[in-house]
Amino acid sequence: MLQLSNISFSYINRPVLQNVSCEFTLGKIIGVVGENGTGKSTLLKLITGILRPTKGDITLDGKRVTRTTAANIAFLPDIDLFYEFYTVEQLFRFYETQFADFSYEKASIVGEFLQIERGRKLRQLSKGQRGRVKMAATLGREVPFYVMDEPFAGLDPMVKDSLIKGLIRFTDMETQTIILSTHELYEVEPILDEVLLLQGGRIVAHEQLEVIRDEHNQDAVQWMKALHKERMN
Amino acid sequence: MTDFTRDKPIYSQLVDRICGDIIKGHLRLGDKLPSVREYAVQSGVNVNTVQRVYKELELMQLTETKRGQGTFITSDEQRLDELRNSMKEQLAESFLASIASFGFTKEEMLQLLQQKE
Repeated sequence: MLQLSNISFSYINRPVLQNVSCEFTLGKIIGVVGENGTGKSTLLKLITGILRPTKGDITLDGKRVTRTTAANIAFLPDIDLFYEFYTVEQLFRFYETQFADFSYEKASIVGEFLQIERGRKLRQLSKGQRGRVKMAATLGREVPFYVMDEPFAGLDPMVKDSLIKGLIRFTDMETQTIILSTHELYEVEPILDEVLLLQGGRIVAHEQLEVIRDEHNQDAVQWMKALHKERMN
Repeated sequence: MTDFTRDKPIYSQLVDRICGDIIKGHLRLGDKLPSVREYAVQSGVNVNTVQRVYKELELMQLTETKRGQGTFITSDEQRLDELRNSMKEQLAESFLASIASFGFTKEEMLQLLQQKE
């Protein structure tokens, strides 16, 4: 279990997250949603140990998350951090040298499923192809936690569809958890177990989708808008 | 990928869909259902959701799980008749409720339905 207790984070004097507490249990897909600039990316970077909280603790199975314990967490960043001159093939080989838990075989299988051309250089790839490569490289790691920052942003519906299917196909809900931020809540909702709504650096709600639909009689987008409106008044 | 309506949990929409497929004969008695993961990938939903769908179907006695072989549609014809009847019943109930909400009578609607063919 991944646990955040009273996390605050500031860049110099600008507070980004305030008093954030929540838990992520194994075997779930959790969507982190909220407006731009509300702290989603910062939250994900704290979870992966890339940033350190100004206050509070983040623990994974009771152990404090640092860059090294974050070895159990695979991160898909929202920007391209790849070497442009690598081919996809070389990138997979590079990942193999960087992460002990990276399976070249699995990345290749995911790559095939997502129809990635492995011989092409990254700089020659379209945005959609890059999105696929990032997904394959991330899922190539065999880890309990996948943290994905906007894995579907700016991609056309066909690419989104195939990434979503890849995500379902190549993760194991008995042993793994996926935390992903998204602005495409309507399209992503069918694969989510829980939604975490951030606003102004705080958690406004953390709810199970079945509860949203069963008890509030709303879909995730309506639920989010209603909460948002409530907070604005 | 499939579209879902807003008003119902996704698992129950998938249960309805499979019931519909059984009634229409797209799924036949004794047919094997895809594995949980396969069905999840096909319909673009979470594996946990499909697990819930399969559990509901089993509770409704529409499917049987054979160990090591997977999940199969029941081969019990009587269960199929019950399903058809309960679906008709549900449709009738909701039809009556919606005509009542407009203040139409059953008689005038029946007349119209007969003309419609």
